[in-house]
Amino acid sequence: MARITLDHLAHAYKANPRTAEDYALKEINHVWSQGGAYALLGPSGCGKTTLLNIISGLVRPTRGRVLFDDLDVTDLSTEARNIAQVFQFPVVYDTMTVRENLAFPLKNRNVPRDRTARRVEEIASLLDLTRVLDRKASNLTADMKQKISLGRGLVRPDVAAILFDEPLTVIDPHLKWQLRSTLKEIHSALDITMIYVTHDQTEALTFADKVVVMHDGAVVQTGTPEELFERPAHTFVGHFIGSPGMNILPCRVEGTTAFLGSTTIPLQRAYRTLSESDRVELGIRPEFVRLQPKGAGLPVQVRRIDDIGRARIARVEMNGRPLAASVPDGISIEGSEAALAIDPRHVHIYADGHLVPGEATGGHAA
Amino acid sequence: MTKTVNNRAWFFVLPVFAIVAFSAVLPLMTVVNYSVQDTFGNNQFFWNGIGWFQELLDPSSQLGEQFLSSLMRTLLFSFIILLIEVPLGIAVALAMPREGWTVALCLVLMAIPLLIPWNVVGTIWQVFARGDIGLLGWIVNRLGVDYNYTGDPVDAWITIIVMDVWHWTSLVALLCYAGLKSIPDAYYQAARIDGASRWAVFRTIQLPKMRRVLLIAVLLRFMDSFMIYTEPFVLTGGGPGNATTFLSIDLVKLALGQFDLGKAAAMSLVYNLIILAICWVFYTVMTNVDAQRDRVEA
Repeated sequence: MARITLDHLAHAYKANPRTAEDYALKEINHVWSQGGAYALLGPSGCGKTTLLNIISGLVRPTRGRVLFDDLDVTDLSTEARNIAQVFQFPVVYDTMTVRENLAFPLKNRNVPRDRTARRVEEIASLLDLTRVLDRKASNLTADMKQKISLGRGLVRPDVAAILFDEPLTVIDPHLKWQLRSTLKEIHSALDITMIYVTHDQTEALTFADKVVVMHDGAVVQTGTPEELFERPAHTFVGHFIGSPGMNILPCRVEGTTAFLGSTTIPLQRAYRTLSESDRVELGIRPEFVRLQPKGAGLPVQVRRIDDIGRARIARVEMNGRPLAASVPDGISIEGSEAALAIDPRHVHIYADGHLVPGEATGGHAA
Repeated sequence: MTKTVNNRAWFFVLPVFAIVAFSAVLPLMTVVNYSVQDTFGNNQFFWNGIGWFQELLDPSSQLGEQFLSSLMRTLLFSFIILLIEVPLGIAVALAMPREGWTVALCLVLMAIPLLIPWNVVGTIWQVFARGDIGLLGWIVNRLGVDYNYTGDPVDAWITIIVMDVWHWTSLVALLCYAGLKSIPDAYYQAARIDGASRWAVFRTIQLPKMRRVLLIAVLLRFMDSFMIYTEPFVLTGGGPGNATTFLSIDLVKLALGQFDLGKAAAMSLVYNLIILAICWVFYTVMTNVDAQRDRVEA
């Protein structure tokens, strides 16, 4: 059982890193609490896998420390850490049966044979592998193999955390859902910290209690799926999470008013600290921008309307800038002229990409 | 489906028929023809039926005894070669670097023996192993070992085996290296997490993943060593006595030395059949093992 602390951690694959660009992973301070279900979300090449490999000990960080509870494990080898990892491509030992595969980590650690056998049976029933225990592992389907790799981690009674490196990449779509629910069940059944690396926001948001969003080697936000949705701390988070992503519009802000070209939008908070040099942007999720017939609201041109299943999304243009807005049920728009109603409670202001908290105005415009 | 009948197609296939006929069928038929006849020169041939074959396969006859002993020598040679080169090749492949500039260096160094013409390899070792002027022979003799590959049968065998190991181990090593390189890193990482020892990694990951290339390596090395001619011919000429007279050397002596065309033809046919039979066994075992694996897994 362990709480995992990353203390001033940074990693560069180059020998002598000097500038920030040399680092594949920029300085990170983070605590993964015991028993949590975490997702590490970010686009390919943002340093997720590097971070995962540092935690599991496959990569030694250039700077900083990794602590399990209060023990510094930075220089400890992988096998000496009580951690397991499931890889993108399922790893099974071809020549062994499923049973031997599951027993392998225990055999290597000289666990008595009867204890191993009991533990293997337990884990097999948990993962629904009992049926295939005596089959060769090499010709099973990819999702079975992935379960075996997971099982090899779970079988060790000392394992405090399991790391997943995009484990569903090679799984058939209809099985992805099943395997993910299996993971959730196991997480609630066993008191194990799980860290799940993915670039798929649906996987991350459905699996995790807490999502860590990474961009360009740095953590940009850590929060619950709701927090990421409602208060993205960075324009990247706003854009990356949600489909379609957040509308980001360059603007000028004075006090409690945002100026988008000739259009003004009233804000709920006051922004007095923005300096002239900052790149100021306004962010609003399409879910909080409603399309309505022209008249009231901000005038826009409708380009097209996409039906994405549970909702309709309008692609519109305002002062020449593209925007996405939700189309309420029962609304029909004639021609291309329409208007937008923006929910001011969900408007966020970003300076150089970062969320500006603003000051409460006490409900009155200044 | 409609087929156009056009006899001109034969015209295009004809060159292939001609080449195959001249390169394979006609020479083989000539050999079959010789094998059932006897000649005393002057281009006069007499029908001998299956007489040569009977004599060849009868160990009590002089020809049969000679054939059997060369066959046994050849089999023993192939067996020893496989026993040394396969494990050694695997060991070399495992010891080779995985990345960096040393990879290219190793690959080039290992390819050098493979690029040397076979009779040159024989000549190199013939000089290298001589007791008077050869570096190896001279040093071994100076160390107090009585070593003389032209006089002592055991020394001759050792020299030929060392020469073949020097010449061909890199082939096995390169094949194994290719097999090793194809193993994704995740396997090694998973093994580290599972706490596998170096030996367990070899047994459970590397060896199974190398299985296919290893079978190819074994087959290639068996065929080549079973048909070996040039290097021992240059090095020892089959001697001392008949100690290193392998089937191929025996065959050439019979055909071109003594000009016993009938005996030589019968012998080359049997030699050919033995190679075909052994390759067939190899092939069946290989495919059977694969099929069995699939059946167990399915």
